[in-house]
Amino acid sequence: MEPSIHQDLLVKAFNVKKRFLGMYKAANAGHVGSSLSVADVLTFVRFNWMHDHDEIVLSKGHAAASLYSVLAEEGVLNDADIESFYKNDTYLAAHPPANKVKRIPFATGSLGHGLSLAAGFGLAFKLKKSNQQVFCITSDGELNEGSIWEAALFLVHHNLKNVVWLIDRNRLQGYGRTEDVMKLEPLDKKLEAFGLNVLIADGHDFESLENAKQQAAQSDKPAAIICNTTKGRGWKLYEDKVDCHYLPMKQDQYDLILEEIELDFNNSHSQISKR
Amino acid sequence: MRNEFAAAMIQYFDEHPEMVFVTGDLGYMALEKVEQKFGERFINAGVAEQNMVSVSAVLAHEGFIPFVYSISPFVTIRPYEQIRNDVCLHNLPVKLVGNGGGYGYGIMGSTHHNIEDIGALRVLPNMRIYVPFAASDVDHAVQQMISDKNPNYLRLNTGAKINYDVPPFAQWRKIKSGTKGVVVGTGPVVEHICNSQYAEDLEIWIVSIFPFNDIPEQLVVAINATQKLITVEEHSGECGLREAFSFHIMNHLTQPIKILSLAANGYPSGKYGDQKWHLAENNLMGEGMAQKLSAFL
Repeated sequence: MEPSIHQDLLVKAFNVKKRFLGMYKAANAGHVGSSLSVADVLTFVRFNWMHDHDEIVLSKGHAAASLYSVLAEEGVLNDADIESFYKNDTYLAAHPPANKVKRIPFATGSLGHGLSLAAGFGLAFKLKKSNQQVFCITSDGELNEGSIWEAALFLVHHNLKNVVWLIDRNRLQGYGRTEDVMKLEPLDKKLEAFGLNVLIADGHDFESLENAKQQAAQSDKPAAIICNTTKGRGWKLYEDKVDCHYLPMKQDQYDLILEEIELDFNNSHSQISKR
Repeated sequence: MRNEFAAAMIQYFDEHPEMVFVTGDLGYMALEKVEQKFGERFINAGVAEQNMVSVSAVLAHEGFIPFVYSISPFVTIRPYEQIRNDVCLHNLPVKLVGNGGGYGYGIMGSTHHNIEDIGALRVLPNMRIYVPFAASDVDHAVQQMISDKNPNYLRLNTGAKINYDVPPFAQWRKIKSGTKGVVVGTGPVVEHICNSQYAEDLEIWIVSIFPFNDIPEQLVVAINATQKLITVEEHSGECGLREAFSFHIMNHLTQPIKILSLAANGYPSGKYGDQKWHLAENNLMGEGMAQKLSAFL
């Protein structure tokens, strides 16, 4: 990856995280961990993969704030929109809304719908002979839903290579660890058995995501990218714990997370500068 | 009605190339010509109805008009949340088509029947439901559905055959006048009253599109005059025509009235039979219906 592109992604991801942390803090809301988990993947997809005519479906709708923050970063949402998050009379509910926000084609929040929606886009683009692509980001707990596997069968059967499925593999779900609640492993083999081109990436490392992107582009099958992530990354107190799914941030914690993500940003940034 | 439906699909595809036919792996000996006609626009989505409905929502979002076909319960209550979230909340023109609404699948048993479909779907935002009465209604219903920008559900059954002229397809149709009571029914099941000895004295109306926001003035007048209302449906009365109509008529009553509900009450004996057997068991035709009507009138 070009260092300048990498630097730019780091800046954008930092801005995205800082913005949604402020949103969650102002709203005194939970789902912070879900957004911290997916923020880098979302930033990478939006700013280094998808084209303006492509679609993105955030199937794990509970990370809506990270999506809103990405949309603010690209200028689709303004400061007033962002400030309205979680308040009465807003379009920006805790889960993505129906019909009102550009780049949010469908309301999500009930898990297991997004991959079918992506399959629908894939099929529609194919019928229209359009070169558009669709990017679908699911969680891993969401893979408990049967509809996900219906969609996986469908997109492989119709060979919808214009669908890119990214799995935010943070290994935590609503009430415990994914392997304790409903085993997913060996997830790669399951996905391979469905006929997908399975790629593994570090969901917090843009070089790793770039490699996955390059491999997906050369694939003759629809790609499923298992993005290994850490839920609540940067929130040291609750990192990789279920708590960061639900709990709002107290002021001292908010300050510490901001410090942490800034430190992380500075380290990554300076490493690239030294290369 | 399934043959009329397939014929309509074939007929209107040339005019509306944005039509797509999606089936949940059903249509053997019925849809083969549709498949030939639609080519790559014929999608067998497999036995995966949740995915089928979400995919169809996006097809509609992208400018297509998907007709989504299965046996009635499998295209309505099985993927209900997909219909609510992905189709109705976004007001997308997905056209759900359920074969065998009511007891249409007869001896196939309760899993293949659907006596809650109208009730389940009529409460969803933007949804408009088409319930043909005669087989000849199907073509008109399909035409309206193609131009209807809302989500729709088409409830297919076996077309009614009656001794009266059936007016052209419309939301409300008056079949005949009468002075001893007023029948308001939906679907082909109303034929059994139309063809009974009681028909002569009854005013008979059919409603074929749900939901409805008001009742024709002429029908209101007849109900107030006779003070007797009979609702008829091959569907649960709890969530169906009886409940929907009762609310609306209450605003217009100038007289106290009596109501008889003839509706599908499920499986009173726990036994199964063909469609007519179930209709008879639920007093929707035959001796049971005659006794109910006789006692009421």
